[in-house]
Amino acid sequence: MATDEIRNRGVNVTDHDLIFRSLTETLQNNVTPYIVSLQAKDCPDVKHFLQKLTSQLMDCCVDGKSKEVKSVKTPKKTNYSMDSLSSWYMTVAQATGPKMTIKKRTTSSQWQFPPVVIILKNMESFSTKVLQDFIIISSQHRHEFPLILIFGIATSPVIIHRLLPHAVSSLLCIELFQSLSCKEHLAVILDQLLLTAQFPFKISKKALQVLTNIFLYHDFSIQNFIKGLKLSLLEHFYLQPLSVLCCDLPEAKKRIKFLSVNQCENIRRLPSFRRYVEKQASGKQVALLTNDTVLKEETQLLLEDLHVYHMNYFLVLRCLHNFTSCLPKYPLGRQIRELYCTCLENNVWDSEEYASALQLLRMLAKDELMSILQKCFEVLHSSTTKQLGSTTQKVKDFLTQFQNLDADSKEEEDACGSQSKGLQKTDLYHLQKSLLEMKELRRTTKKQTKFEMLRENVVNFMDNLVRSYLLPPESQPLHEVVYFSAAHTLREHLNAAPRIALHTALNNPYYYLKNEALKSEEGCIPNIAPDICIAYKLHLECSRLINLVDWSEAFATVVTAAEKDANSTISEEMNEIIHARFIRAVSELELLGFIKPTKQKTDHVARLTWGGC
Amino acid sequence: MSHLEGAVLCREAQVSALQALFGERHHFSFPSIFIYGHTASGKTYVTQTLLKTLELPHVFVNCVECFTLRLLLEQILNKLSRLNSSEAECPTEVTCETFNDFVRLFKQVTNTENLKDQTVYIVLDKAEYLRDMEANLLPGFLRLQELTDRNVTVIFLSEIIWEKFRPNTGCFEPFVLYFPDYSIGNLQKILSHDHPPEYSADFYAAYINILLGVFYTVCRDLKELRHLAVLNFPKYCEPVVKGEAGERDTRKLWRNIEPHLKKAMQTVYLREISSSQWEKLQKDDTDPGQLKGLSAYTHVELPYYSKFILIAAYLASYNPARTDRRFFLKHHGKIKKTNFLKKHEKTSNHLLGPKPFPLDRLLAILYSIVDSRVAPTANIFSQITSLVTLQLLTIVGHDDQLDGPKYKCTVSLDFIRAIARTVNFDIIKYLYDFL
Repeated sequence: MATDEIRNRGVNVTDHDLIFRSLTETLQNNVTPYIVSLQAKDCPDVKHFLQKLTSQLMDCCVDGKSKEVKSVKTPKKTNYSMDSLSSWYMTVAQATGPKMTIKKRTTSSQWQFPPVVIILKNMESFSTKVLQDFIIISSQHRHEFPLILIFGIATSPVIIHRLLPHAVSSLLCIELFQSLSCKEHLAVILDQLLLTAQFPFKISKKALQVLTNIFLYHDFSIQNFIKGLKLSLLEHFYLQPLSVLCCDLPEAKKRIKFLSVNQCENIRRLPSFRRYVEKQASGKQVALLTNDTVLKEETQLLLEDLHVYHMNYFLVLRCLHNFTSCLPKYPLGRQIRELYCTCLENNVWDSEEYASALQLLRMLAKDELMSILQKCFEVLHSSTTKQLGSTTQKVKDFLTQFQNLDADSKEEEDACGSQSKGLQKTDLYHLQKSLLEMKELRRTTKKQTKFEMLRENVVNFMDNLVRSYLLPPESQPLHEVVYFSAAHTLREHLNAAPRIALHTALNNPYYYLKNEALKSEEGCIPNIAPDICIAYKLHLECSRLINLVDWSEAFATVVTAAEKDANSTISEEMNEIIHARFIRAVSELELLGFIKPTKQKTDHVARLTWGGC
Repeated sequence: MSHLEGAVLCREAQVSALQALFGERHHFSFPSIFIYGHTASGKTYVTQTLLKTLELPHVFVNCVECFTLRLLLEQILNKLSRLNSSEAECPTEVTCETFNDFVRLFKQVTNTENLKDQTVYIVLDKAEYLRDMEANLLPGFLRLQELTDRNVTVIFLSEIIWEKFRPNTGCFEPFVLYFPDYSIGNLQKILSHDHPPEYSADFYAAYINILLGVFYTVCRDLKELRHLAVLNFPKYCEPVVKGEAGERDTRKLWRNIEPHLKKAMQTVYLREISSSQWEKLQKDDTDPGQLKGLSAYTHVELPYYSKFILIAAYLASYNPARTDRRFFLKHHGKIKKTNFLKKHEKTSNHLLGPKPFPLDRLLAILYSIVDSRVAPTANIFSQITSLVTLQLLTIVGHDDQLDGPKYKCTVSLDFIRAIARTVNFDIIKYLYDFL
């Protein structure tokens, strides 16, 4: 029986190659040297399928093994069949078999020889007939040719039942392996790369949003996300002259000492630094703005502050996430990246969501609160720095207080019980009245239970933490050094819009050519613009079908607009040249896919795009 | 002969018919015999055991493996020449490109001492694949005896009736032999035949009886039933091994095994979970309900815009293009369904299946159903292509059509509703059929 494994993955294609490459390596090291991966486009029928399989199988054997195998290799034949393949396999496996089995007895114990693994990367695109026939053929040879098929499935495993009839799928022994959802991968990457003070480089809210939006809205590709991160790193060091200071703290301090006069001037020009200077006493202001050594010392201090700020920031952010991620309806987002984005933008405590989150927190039950506190304690405790030492202690104190509550609560309950007296039998009016009275009484004299007080304390404590540590990075002096904020360049590079670029190029050639003569107001067509631009602009004014004669005349009018003043008669030769230019422009437009010839009317062309008029 | 009877059960009539056809070794037999019957009705097994036990010279070829004419012919010739030569010497491989060559080479091969005086049998299993090969192949094999002038019989095995084979040009009619399906009694007898030695035959027969009671309504495939019988037998024996019930305690055993078999029908039989997983479950004695089958994973993960592209494609496929104004323009005025109903549109579009739509229409619908502004970026277009590779959309017409490609949406209504629910889009409101 051909054994068969299935992986279920997201839609993205670029990531899959990586996954399969690592899978192949792992299998190669642990299970078998015979690994073949086939692509749907190489296998239009069974013949090509077997051809590819055979050649790859023999290659992969020659690569890994000594030269003696090479001699065993059968001479190239034009015919490939399962028969020849399995006999080849028997000879090779017997030749290399004994060596293999000693080492890897444990892993491949159910087979005498290492099995052949065939990876079909995207099962959806294989034709059903090829798959069916191959499975039937290989099931005939299962004894001499142990085979494992690995199907890569991007949609849902039900596709197997759609592709293979029961007669074929009953030959398989199917097991399902599901990879992590790509959103979880994203969370891991963010957690390890951005939500840590370990790396000095940070990205601003807008840039982060561009990256996550591309990931969530467009491609689900981790690889592209990492590429985006790398690009922003590159852009940051390229655009920001002060990015020399974006490195480890000790290294940065060393570099500050060697800053040139120009670089000092750059620091003074930073908006965040200017704001900082304005807050200082006037004497210090002057010193900072004129004396370079004072500036350097101050910069060192500020960078140190920034580092400490980040360390505290992420700890408190994680604590806050622990608090808010269990609330109903997730007012501050389910994922930590959403919370991070809100906190990056402005003061989180000013937002409505934060207020509602606090309100919900004030209604939490004890066990929930305790588990949250426990998690927070773990987060705070795990950090190596002692910045938030007192906070950690405080959280621990809260925990012990909650534990002690259990004992106290019983006494309290007894006290409450005696207070509520049984209602006497009365008529409706009196009952209503007495109920109202009781309600009034309870509201005014309502004594908070110990638990409630403690809960209030915890929430206030959390609130204070947030207010003191989760300040937005813009408020920090020198934040420009480590934060990359040019979101638009990212968007331009990563989310290309070819159609819009093409439209801009044809509609407004100045944008790319930078020729002053091409500068024109909206809507008018300069006659010195490239021919294709003139033709394009004219065609925008037409409906779905364009009359070529009219178009050509309009073209000629525009082109000769300037010359008309000089000499009103246009020579025959000139006419022909313009005609040729027009035809060339039209065929260029056809090549670009804007128009195509139509059979509806012979002297017309059809527009393939809409809009623009 | 007695050996044959022991090996082949419930096929006595067919065996004797074949034996009668074969006759003595040196007799000329019928030129071609066509055997057909449903899956797992013993065609291959009976033919193979018969030829082996009678020690007749024969070649057995499975036509699925031979996807080209050359492979098929060479395989037959090579196997024949191997029959000829003694085991030690290795005959040279012949090459044979056409049927004409085959006839010539066949004469050479069968001219030896071994094969001269007796009938040679060529068995072509899964003969339906012959129909897809060269047109002269099937008529050629049918009158191979006449063409080669040798004592040869070709046996075709197929699941399809002979009428579906007959070429337009006419051909030599083979002897047609039908293998009927096994009846429930036959199945019982055959399945009980391979009982494990440590248990008595009666005990195993009772088990088979229960097994058939559960599975006979859905599956008559002998192979599949045997597989299931082996797989579930340990569970059946469990009370006996534990000492909770005796071998004769059929009622108790039945109560133990019946729900288990029913679960197996929903999972193992449909290959929802693999047999090794099933065995593991049996060993650990956990609830099979916990293990999710393949069909449980219907959820498809798609990026946000891909979902909307798919929804737009679905709408474009199932709504008439004229109604787009009604659904996607804000001030469309009131148009009643009956007003613009054409005669042929009275039938539900969902019954007619998806219709092709141009790319532009897909994009126009996409822009109007997504709340935020969508720029026509390269990412959007590549998502359409990746939806095509996932077979959620299919491209209609040529592959390399650059100007105005057309697509169809191939997903079901349930699927698209599930997708639409994840993005809070009420798709039913936008479907013409549900107006």
